[in-house]
Amino acid sequence: MTKYIRRASVLCALLLVALLVNATRIQVFQAQSYDDSPANRRRTIARYDQPRGDIVVGGSTVTGSKDTGEQLRHERTYLNGPLYAPVTGFASQLYGTTFLENAEDDILSGANPMLAPLPLWNDITRAQNPAGKVVTTLDPAAQQAAYKGLGSRRGAVAAIEPSTGRILALVSTPSYDPAELSGTGSAVTRAWARLNGDASKPMLNRAIRQTYPPGSTFKVVTAAAALDAGVVTDLDAPTASPNPYRLPGTTTRLTNEIEGCEDASLRDAFEWSCNTVFAKLGVDVGLDDMTHTTANFGFNDRSLKIPFSVVPSNFDTRLDNAQLALSSIGQFDTRATPLQMAMVSAAVAGGGSVKSPYLVERTTTKGGATVSTNGPRTLHQAMNPTTALLMRELMTDVVTEGTGTSAAIPGATVGGKTGTAQHGVGNSGLPYAWFISWAQADDSMEPAVAVAVVVEDAAANRGEISGGGDAAPIAKAVMEAVLNSHSGGS
Amino acid sequence: MPETRVTAAPPAPAVRLPRRRGIEFTLIVVAVLLCVYGYCAVGFAKNGTVPPGAAGYGAGLGVLALLAHLAVRWRAPYADPLLLPIAVLLNGLGLVLIYRLDLETPGARAAPIQLSWSTLGVALFIAAVLLLRDHRVLQRYTYVSVVTALALLILPILFPAVNGARIWIRIAGFSIQPGEFAKVLLAVFFAGYLAANRNALAYTGRQIWKFKRLQLPTGRVLGPIVAIWLLSVLVLVLERDLGTSLLFFGLFVILLYVATGRTGWIAVGLLLACVGAVAVGWLEPHVHSRVQDWLHPFASIEAGQGPNQLAQSLFAFAAGGMLGTGLGLGHSILIGFAAKSDFILATAGEELGLVGLSAIFLLYALLVERGHRAGLALRDPFGRLLAIGLASIVALQVFVIAGGVTGLIPLTGMAMPFLAQGGSSVVTNWIIVALLIRISDSARSQYDGTAAP
Repeated sequence: MTKYIRRASVLCALLLVALLVNATRIQVFQAQSYDDSPANRRRTIARYDQPRGDIVVGGSTVTGSKDTGEQLRHERTYLNGPLYAPVTGFASQLYGTTFLENAEDDILSGANPMLAPLPLWNDITRAQNPAGKVVTTLDPAAQQAAYKGLGSRRGAVAAIEPSTGRILALVSTPSYDPAELSGTGSAVTRAWARLNGDASKPMLNRAIRQTYPPGSTFKVVTAAAALDAGVVTDLDAPTASPNPYRLPGTTTRLTNEIEGCEDASLRDAFEWSCNTVFAKLGVDVGLDDMTHTTANFGFNDRSLKIPFSVVPSNFDTRLDNAQLALSSIGQFDTRATPLQMAMVSAAVAGGGSVKSPYLVERTTTKGGATVSTNGPRTLHQAMNPTTALLMRELMTDVVTEGTGTSAAIPGATVGGKTGTAQHGVGNSGLPYAWFISWAQADDSMEPAVAVAVVVEDAAANRGEISGGGDAAPIAKAVMEAVLNSHSGGS
Repeated sequence: MPETRVTAAPPAPAVRLPRRRGIEFTLIVVAVLLCVYGYCAVGFAKNGTVPPGAAGYGAGLGVLALLAHLAVRWRAPYADPLLLPIAVLLNGLGLVLIYRLDLETPGARAAPIQLSWSTLGVALFIAAVLLLRDHRVLQRYTYVSVVTALALLILPILFPAVNGARIWIRIAGFSIQPGEFAKVLLAVFFAGYLAANRNALAYTGRQIWKFKRLQLPTGRVLGPIVAIWLLSVLVLVLERDLGTSLLFFGLFVILLYVATGRTGWIAVGLLLACVGAVAVGWLEPHVHSRVQDWLHPFASIEAGQGPNQLAQSLFAFAAGGMLGTGLGLGHSILIGFAAKSDFILATAGEELGLVGLSAIFLLYALLVERGHRAGLALRDPFGRLLAIGLASIVALQVFVIAGGVTGLIPLTGMAMPFLAQGGSSVVTNWIIVALLIRISDSARSQYDGTAAP
């Protein structure tokens, strides 16, 4: 019997070996694929197990985290949620992340391996990295001024520091509180349905994800192209432009809202925003040079990221002359985001060079050690520096004696351009009021800020909607805020 | 067969082996300390402090272990010194894991209940060690055992099913699994029956295959075997308990082989098991779905219904990896309602890792091996078969349940010995260890320096 007992023991030993081999298969060799399964909640639980890192604006955080004690433990909170929503986006346990919460998620969630105190240390301890911080380039005063200026109207503001491309303000109204989407409860699903169903589209980031016909503000681009191409050499020489201007190859006659545009000089035409002059200039410059210049300003650029992507602004590359004429005054298919028009204004202020706009100054560990930094990077040279000087002159004139006088700031040089863009079938919609501008303190070596403002609607009477009347005061408030915070010693 | 009618005391042994009770005591202290350490580790991981009941838990486990040790020291001084410490360690670890899972399920307090059942188990252990002076007494109860076992197995059919299986009876708020107790009784029956009839099974009957590999015994001897096989299938069908039927069947085949030494019986046993399993797998929807889950553990995920229990269990093991997440730091609670019972091994796998899981498997292996060793050292066939039977119950049970939750074989509802939540199971396993202690004491105290025949 002894022999058979031994064999039975061997059988039990074999069963044990089978268990050990199978456990090794699961826990070592197939562990990764099981861990990666989307149905495995562990990764999600781990993600919310620690407080999310904060987004910093002007030295203080605009986000927070609250411990709910639930399985997905920490929920995102926001201070001034609606004000910063176009920048932060939301971080929802149900609907994912957007904007900075999305683009910098690996820092904010602690997943970025650069956050580890020592290489490989976390692989040994299985500890998570404490979440890092994202420091933005925003100027809180400028952001506040823009948000307050837009008020209950639909619109957007983008402000850039021309010498670097740092984004100082990015506002879209109406806005929403991203905190409403943070958790997992039924209140979150209701808020999601309500925000998505809202006709005013509060979750649309109008500053970077919506393009508008730029209207007369586009004349800055056309003027720069004309100067660069040598079509105009003297600002004060009369241009050979008829009034009204018959679009080439058609019988359509283009007119102006004001008198005195016939053969006006570039300076006067710019100051009073003559459609006829710029339509003809665009045709004189020609499609090749116009597309070249618009591309250098950043139009048709699908790759722009700040670090989240920006909808490309459009300038058609195949146009007949009539279409080119209309496109050159910011109509037809020409469309631009507010950020794009702020880049146009910044290019004029900054000597013709377009800096790549960016929103994240640096990312840090929880303790404040730098993980990565961003700096100025030239995207393109949009125009010759001499052309830029002439354009500064033109834009300054608009504010000192043209359509943009309401943007003037004492103690600073301000350049601007108004725009009122018709839209809708047969121009039935309320026009969009545009204003783009830049400001340079008189005691400063370089311009501090370039702004683009667009106001969509609706509260004002149609006749009163104009770039100068509606948009320029908002731009002025933003520029003043930036100038003040600069002189305030930073 | 004179050995079946022994009433006198065993002959005085020629060689007295060392008693080794000091080793047992030291190992028990180590086991209790390990469990208290685990209990504190859970508290630190979950709340950052030593859990409030740490002193009471340690004292309770320590006192139970000490009383059991004293009983062994008094009445079974030659018993194997490893059996009791292993049981204490596994039971204590089970309590830690259940306490740890209690923290994730507010309102459920399974650990204190398990501790009371463990107390009852240790009490029965002590009673068995003190009252049962010689294991051979049990052979007198061969047929009483099988009748009682059958009664216990059939009893749950009168009670409503729980989670698809009809294996519980509920009395006054307590739920008892009679099938657990039936295991021990059946082991006694098998050992007694085979010890009495092994010669008839091994050497009589018609030879139906050359080389004497398979020889069909007479119907009178074969009858009970077929009856037991049919019974195991019947239990499975009526109670939807694949595990218990598999256990009985494996137990019987192993004992038959050990008793007769005929490999042919193994072949016949496996053949019958396959026929039974395939038939039931086809006919019984509950079992059929278990087999489907085993073949396609992620089918429910692909169907968009989320992971089932087996998939969650595999996720838990995978999350543990080599070293585990640490006690209290895993998420095996995602498995759901059976996390403390059928799937408790997944918590061990996730939080202690492959290293801890292997240690647990090796503890069981050691327990089984010590049981087999006691069987080897004994001289009476009944004692030998009983030792092998009891040890094999532990081995088969560990294999069936661990194999099930790790996807090696289809899942069957069974309790991991000592580890899982379940009163009947813990009590039964303490009785098994008590019997092994008693047998190993006999084996070593009568050892005369020569190997058994």
